[in-house]
Amino acid sequence: VGQGPLDERAVTELETLLLQADVGVTVTDWVIQQIQAQIRQEALPPELALKLLSGLLRQVLERPYQHHAPNLTPVPGQLNIWLITGVNGVGKTTTIGKLAHLATKSGYKCLIAAADTFRAAAVEQVKIWGERAGVGVVSNPSANADPAAVVFDAIGAAQSRGVELLLVDTAGRLQNKQNLMAELQKVRRIIDKKAVNATVESLLVLDATLGQNGLRQAQVFTEAANLTGVILTKLDGTARGGIALAITQELGLPIRFVGAGEGLMDLRPFSSYEFVEALMGI
Amino acid sequence: MFEALSEQLEAAWKKLRGQDKLTASNIQEPLKVVRRALIDADVSVQVVREFIQGVETRAVGKEVISGVRPDQQFIKVVYDELVQVMGTEQVPLITAPQSPSIILMAGLQGTGKTTAAAKLALYLKKQDKKPLLVATDIYRPAAIDQLQTLGRQIGVPVFALGTDVNPVTIAQQGVAHAQSEGCDWVIVDTAGRLQIDQAMMGELAQIKTTIQPQEVLLVVDAMTGQEAANLTRTFHEQIGITGAILTKLDGDARGGAALSVRQISGQPIKFIGTGEKVEALQPFYPERMASRILGM
Ligand SMILES: Nc1nc2c(ncn2[C@@H]2O[C@H](COP(=O)(O)OP(=O)(O)OP(=O)(O)O)[C@@H](O)[C@H]2O)c(=O)[nH]1
Ligand SMILES: Nc1nc2c(ncn2[C@@H]2O[C@H](COP(=O)(O)OP(=O)(O)OP(=O)(O)O)[C@@H](O)[C@H]2O)c(=O)[nH]1
Ligand SMILES: [K+]
Ligand SMILES: [Mg+2]
Ligand SMILES: [Mg+2]
Repeated sequence: VGQGPLDERAVTELETLLLQADVGVTVTDWVIQQIQAQIRQEALPPELALKLLSGLLRQVLERPYQHHAPNLTPVPGQLNIWLITGVNGVGKTTTIGKLAHLATKSGYKCLIAAADTFRAAAVEQVKIWGERAGVGVVSNPSANADPAAVVFDAIGAAQSRGVELLLVDTAGRLQNKQNLMAELQKVRRIIDKKAVNATVESLLVLDATLGQNGLRQAQVFTEAANLTGVILTKLDGTARGGIALAITQELGLPIRFVGAGEGLMDLRPFSSYEFVEALMGI
Repeated sequence: MFEALSEQLEAAWKKLRGQDKLTASNIQEPLKVVRRALIDADVSVQVVREFIQGVETRAVGKEVISGVRPDQQFIKVVYDELVQVMGTEQVPLITAPQSPSIILMAGLQGTGKTTAAAKLALYLKKQDKKPLLVATDIYRPAAIDQLQTLGRQIGVPVFALGTDVNPVTIAQQGVAHAQSEGCDWVIVDTAGRLQIDQAMMGELAQIKTTIQPQEVLLVVDAMTGQEAANLTRTFHEQIGITGAILTKLDGDARGGAALSVRQISGQPIKFIGTGEKVEALQPFYPERMASRILGM
């Protein structure tokens, strides 16, 4: 790495920028090679490196749009189910509250399934978010109820009430816990079986402070829950969320929304332009 | 992973066969391999830089021990340096000369503070102590409910004043309550906060000034990436931490954040969280963490 028109200092600078943003060693090496090659082939001045970098990163982030629509919105007039998954504490429940608010504001009829039946006060938490967004919550009051059963009930309720967007909150789980991943798989199966005509999105929530383990998470959750995209939270901090970029590069998953705060309104559709500017500290 | 690191180091060393001393020039290639491995394990780039300098200083001039492969000898130097930086022994909780001893939890959102507070309470209870949990997170929906549920699970009382009272006041009254109830430990759970949130950092500083805790434990998620360095620096500068708890080590993250936290604050990691259940708290062992970061 580093062999090319850019001198060692320029390479180190680019490398540090990317590594400090959690982009990871593999993608960083690849990006620098690409930039070196482009400068050489097109005989460009090395001062253009940063500009090339931002263009390249945007390309990576927009490549999934070859197979996915650039913006994620529920299909109106029918049932959409968005399954929200991820490791512990990344912001799943909070994001559900924000999504419920956004969808309701956009005129969708919305419902939440409280399928985290494990964590202390998880149901109470999501109920408060439901209230804030003015959206109903389907839950099972008995302790340690089967999450798949909650989802089953919620789909039934959604179908009979003509709901357009059902948001499913799941318990946080580390991807190396096989029993918990099997439980998630079961939830996914119930959705596919019980809601045959629904449009299903399976979204992995990633916390911008996550390091390289995020990639492993995306790989394993893809297998268990058939992921279709990523939501990146906590971008209001100073963490850049570069691992999401590595995930897009490696797995082709689009980033759909970004969370930037703990309030009801602190969610935005993903913009590759804003993300890259923030990542590069522009 | 350690095998991967081992193999790469071996490959780096093959080129140098026959050299009988670790020198400034012949360890450059192996140092690069280690640097990549540490960054891959999420150690902060800046901390890696300092660490590599330390290893270089230690390694240069060492005779290659006959019968030991130089790459193995080099790994040993790296490992020893890692253990050294992370503190060679396990550090217990600080107790107050007069009861109650106070622990203040601190950290970013979602790292595991509330869970760790309950785990610590159970840990102390099992040592025949009488702990009290104090619920000052008035912001996160159902945060108090969460702590109360955990308190019931472990049979430890939770002091709460609802969500309309200032967290500083709750903490202060919580400590007073512990004194009047004859509790010997008080564990104050706090809301998650970003280190750049001036108002929230100010609140935490004020809680600390008011209750004068023996311990301020920074709770850090073991999956944290480069941000571990920034958050540790700011929490330590603005609040002053006495130690850390590294959570979610039951996952498969390499946990390089441990090195960053330790190196930047100079404070020991006292416990690790190894599960969602209230029993899943263990003392921190630097050797184990060093092996984990290196993927051994
Ligand atoms: N600063 C900031 N905090 C956030 C954001 N999203 C969520 N949080 C906070 O992160 C913490 C965890 O959020 P939750 O929504 O409970 O996360 P979760 O993934 O549902 O957690 P588990 O269900 O326990 O796995 C809470 O304190 C949230 O307020 C965000 O975008 N920015
Ligand atoms: N697997 C695992 N999960 C953990 C561990 N510690 C905490 N958790 C989980 O991480 C999530 C967040 O934990 P909390 O204790 O709510 O975190 P917090 O720091 O209090 O969060 P905020 O108050 O929102 O800032 C929950 O799902 C916990 O069950 C651990 O050691 N291992
Ligand atoms: K986290
Ligand atoms: Mg949740
Ligand atoms: Mg908490």
